Amino acid sequence: MNWLTVVSLWLIPMILLMILLHAVIKKVPAYDVFVEGGKDGFQLAISLIPYLVGMMVAISVFRASGAMDVLVQALTPLFAFFGVPADIVPLAFIRPISGAGALGMMSDLIATHGPDSFIGRLASTMQGSTDTTLYVLTVYFGAAGIKYIGDALKVGLLADLVGMVAAIVIVTLIFGS
Amino acid sequence: MVHAIWIALFAIGLITAMVNGRLEEVSEAIFKGAEEAVVLCFGLISVMVFWLGMMNIARKSGLLDMFVKLFRPIVLKLFPDIPASHPALGYILSNITANMMGLGNAATPMGIKAMKELKKLHGGKDEASRSMVTLMALNTAGLTLIPTTVIAIRMNYDSAQPTEIVGTTLFATACSTLAAILIDRYFYYRKIKRNGSR
Repeated sequence: MNWLTVVSLWLIPMILLMILLHAVIKKVPAYDVFVEGGKDGFQLAISLIPYLVGMMVAISVFRASGAMDVLVQALTPLFAFFGVPADIVPLAFIRPISGAGALGMMSDLIATHGPDSFIGRLASTMQGSTDTTLYVLTVYFGAAGIKYIGDALKVGLLADLVGMVAAIVIVTLIFGS
Repeated sequence: MVHAIWIALFAIGLITAMVNGRLEEVSEAIFKGAEEAVVLCFGLISVMVFWLGMMNIARKSGLLDMFVKLFRPIVLKLFPDIPASHPALGYILSNITANMMGLGNAATPMGIKAMKELKKLHGGKDEASRSMVTLMALNTAGLTLIPTTVIAIRMNYDSAQPTEIVGTTLFATACSTLAAILIDRYFYYRKIKRNGSR
């Protein structure tokens, strides 16, 4: 616990200091170079707006309409068969689709069942162990202007599935149910 | 593929709303979703400008190259079609490292920069190259050593041991990352084989 918080607290300042000191040693005009590099950042962030608006509107419509609930309800028996608690199923589905949605759902599960309950631990592990596939895809390929994404989505979703199964297995093994 | 997913999510949502009589919630969701996306992008501006600026210093001073040299054998194995001294490697490494440290904010600008370099390498075409799909796969798998956000939330809810999930998270994320790499390879070689037999 302690060393982890220390590491995450010290990491960024250490990296920044290293970059600055190395620039001094190599006699790089650091401030000018910083400004020059930072200019791209604004353009890049703004250019993402249409991609994210399109994707996030579709996702929130899907959730608000109740379609997400229908999907989850239809698949809950299947999950129950493998010993997965029903409460966790919506999180497993929303995780690859919406990062904010998953974070909200995880907080909700932790608030309801307690952070140290089986479901709380499983939700934490699921949330922390993977990134939001659809978001990463939208942002990275959107910014680079890639239209034909090949097998990227399939690879991402299949890897998510493996991650979810791994989370369930390891949490059950370590913490029991 | 993204087109199909987008239309499916949107159209199924709209039709379900009509059947369920949840049109009011859905029209609200449209504006909320759009607003959320714009707020997210504006939030990205500060992070992007800052980290791209810092990375530019690291690149110009040669720090990024030193870093790449250290991990070159691993990265070249993962991305065999990138020339050994290409700038994309530096950004890819920074992206992966930032992700591992749980610095999602810093990882995104570097990942985007890496994608842009890979696009140049691919002749500026608007189709994803092999390396782009691999980079994507690594990012969606989200290899993290310290899941900072989750720990913070667990602390908020008075967990007796907020960090007890670090081990299980590490295991799960290692599995999904390994799976991402293997599945990516599998699809790539399957495509090669198919094109070859034709």
